[in-house]
Amino acid sequence: MAATKNKKPKLAVWKFASCDGCQLSLLDCEDELLQVAEIVEIANFPEASRAIQSGPYDISLVEGSITTPHDAERIHKIRRQSKVLITIGACATAGGIQALRNFKDVREFINIVYANPKFISTLQNSTPISYHVYVDYELRGCPINKYQLLEVLNAFINNRKPNIPNTSVCIECKRKGITCVMVAEGKVCLGPVTHAGCNALCPTYNRGCFGCYGPKEGSNTSSLSNQFEEMGLSNYDIVRTFRGFNAYSDAFRKESEAYEK
Amino acid sequence: MKSKTIKVDYLARVEGEGSLVVNIKGNKIKDLKFKIFEPPRFFEAFLIGRHYTEAPDITARICGICPIAYQMSSVHAMERIAGVKIEGPIRDLRRLIYCGEWIESHVLHIYLLHAPDFLGYEDALQIAKDHPDVVKKALELKKIGNDIVNLLGGREIHPINVRVGGFYSIPSKNEFLLLLERLKWARDAALETVRWAASLPFPDFDFDYEFVALRHPDEYPFNEGRLVSNKGLDIDISEYENNFFEEHIAHSNALHSVNKKGEPYFVGPLARFNLNFDKLSPLAQEISKEVGFLPPVTNPFKSIIARAVETVYACDEAIRIIDNMDWNTKPYIDFEMPGGIGYGCTEAPRGILYHRYKVGPDGLIQSAKIVPPTSQNQKQIERDLYEFVNKYINLPKNELQWKLEQAIRNYDPCISCATHFLKIEFIQE
Ligand code: SF4
Ligand code: SF4
Repeated sequence: MAATKNKKPKLAVWKFASCDGCQLSLLDCEDELLQVAEIVEIANFPEASRAIQSGPYDISLVEGSITTPHDAERIHKIRRQSKVLITIGACATAGGIQALRNFKDVREFINIVYANPKFISTLQNSTPISYHVYVDYELRGCPINKYQLLEVLNAFINNRKPNIPNTSVCIECKRKGITCVMVAEGKVCLGPVTHAGCNALCPTYNRGCFGCYGPKEGSNTSSLSNQFEEMGLSNYDIVRTFRGFNAYSDAFRKESEAYEK
Repeated sequence: MKSKTIKVDYLARVEGEGSLVVNIKGNKIKDLKFKIFEPPRFFEAFLIGRHYTEAPDITARICGICPIAYQMSSVHAMERIAGVKIEGPIRDLRRLIYCGEWIESHVLHIYLLHAPDFLGYEDALQIAKDHPDVVKKALELKKIGNDIVNLLGGREIHPINVRVGGFYSIPSKNEFLLLLERLKWARDAALETVRWAASLPFPDFDFDYEFVALRHPDEYPFNEGRLVSNKGLDIDISEYENNFFEEHIAHSNALHSVNKKGEPYFVGPLARFNLNFDKLSPLAQEISKEVGFLPPVTNPFKSIIARAVETVYACDEAIRIIDNMDWNTKPYIDFEMPGGIGYGCTEAPRGILYHRYKVGPDGLIQSAKIVPPTSQNQKQIERDLYEFVNKYINLPKNELQWKLEQAIRNYDPCISCATHFLKIEFIQE
């Protein structure tokens, strides 16, 4: 980072509605964690440390989606304190699994879950961070891939573009030489429309992709749905297939809504 | 009268978001609140209408730290509805993946989250500056746990290979054999961890707890068993909801899980250790004896030793399973889903995790209830804090605050697993 040339860049990690899995990816970098700590100053990472330094921060990693009025304000404060703001994971980039509320009346959800609904204050929708503030980079996945996280950190520290492929899971499958689980075994698979990043994990374990990295740019979701119809999926099955951890991403949301009627 | 307030707005080194406020006037506690302000995520609501096969993938997302526990409780509940019993190699592999999660989660907690409290550091990276070898070894140990989950589950966070009925596929024998040597190293490192943990300074603080854990006739509990306690509880997990309730405590702004008498109870490694010591492997029993750590242990600060002993056990058990595995097994068994009500309760690293589902004949979930371990410990944590302040009210404020934070970390609370037990205090716009 140019502005703090002779000092280590200050890193902050923030959490919104989430499962903590994406920030845990950093602690799961067992082989690299101590090196990372040598290169960046971990200035605010409550899951890992009691020591909290005040901002501004050179890099903020943001996990989780915005689901409360309080959080909708908090994200602006964080943006103001951060030179670079990177969102990590499906919650932060697409609203996450908790965005399933967006298709229902959230009051109904409150009544199902809580004995004292009047105590709960929450927003109707769970929204990605980019709905609220400018985001410098979005890293996808539920959870993110920790090697990609290291690549993104490295890139921003060195002022270069992260080298993250934007092909589909299908391409990763082909590269690995895995037999197509949809063609060969009739398994439902979102691989053709899902962003690469997991190295075709599910097909490697003999199951179809369920889209945890979210839609690949320019994906042809409707053609895939036609294929699902031919395979005998009901409209409701197709709705559910697109409504997973990235249900509120544009492409998956539109496709699921088309089959909801 | 002099009054002091201890306020921790954002609890560090716990997973998720919580806070603590203690108000002391003179020599009396005026107010004490252990609050959880994790935003609600409504899992139990949006599980309704999902297919039962989706439950393990969806509920894993409640918590990134112990996804296996969520997957295991949900698959067991679904299998109970279908009346299938998983035995033999698949059952063993489920124990194996649970070993991985315990090792990874316990070591994370022992060294990265809890050790700094005992050693007077703010975090493990500071420890690493003075004692790099300790932290490097800890990370290596943690990694072996993660590698078991990685291999069998596909990845360490939200594994993709667990399904109702078994696994989608089983990796090759050779890949598991590669883990064996490292697991033997890990077992030694875990033994050392027990010795080290037992040598830590513990505050004088004992209490008459009700410890609750699963108990199985033949083994240390992961996935199965009856629910028992040191106060005479002994029930099938289907009776969970007749014995444990959630109540609204006005002063704490939270729904707490309590027993039949309205009292708190204690789940997690210390509860398991106290109730199942005789089922630990000989080596784990031996090291406990060597360091003089024997049940009943009633000081919650010593949970760190119980975690270390369980890490030894998990390494031992993983080695036993890999050594004896029949690798030519079919990865899952097929069955019909007739629909009905099913229960699952397994031992997450932090304690019992209860699931109940109602599934229709079409395979779609009609209702879901999930009670995570932190929800069950929450009232006990608050009571510990209260008793601790009472006893040590004259400690300097900073020291008292740090000790109270530590008292919370004894439970390794995972606040992101907040599903339905809390009141959220946000003001509507
Ligand atoms: S994207 Fe997935 S792994 Fe990451 S915080 Fe959200 S639920 Fe957890
Ligand atoms: S669901 Fe798709 S994107 Fe996610 S791990 Fe599986 S194959 Fe990869």
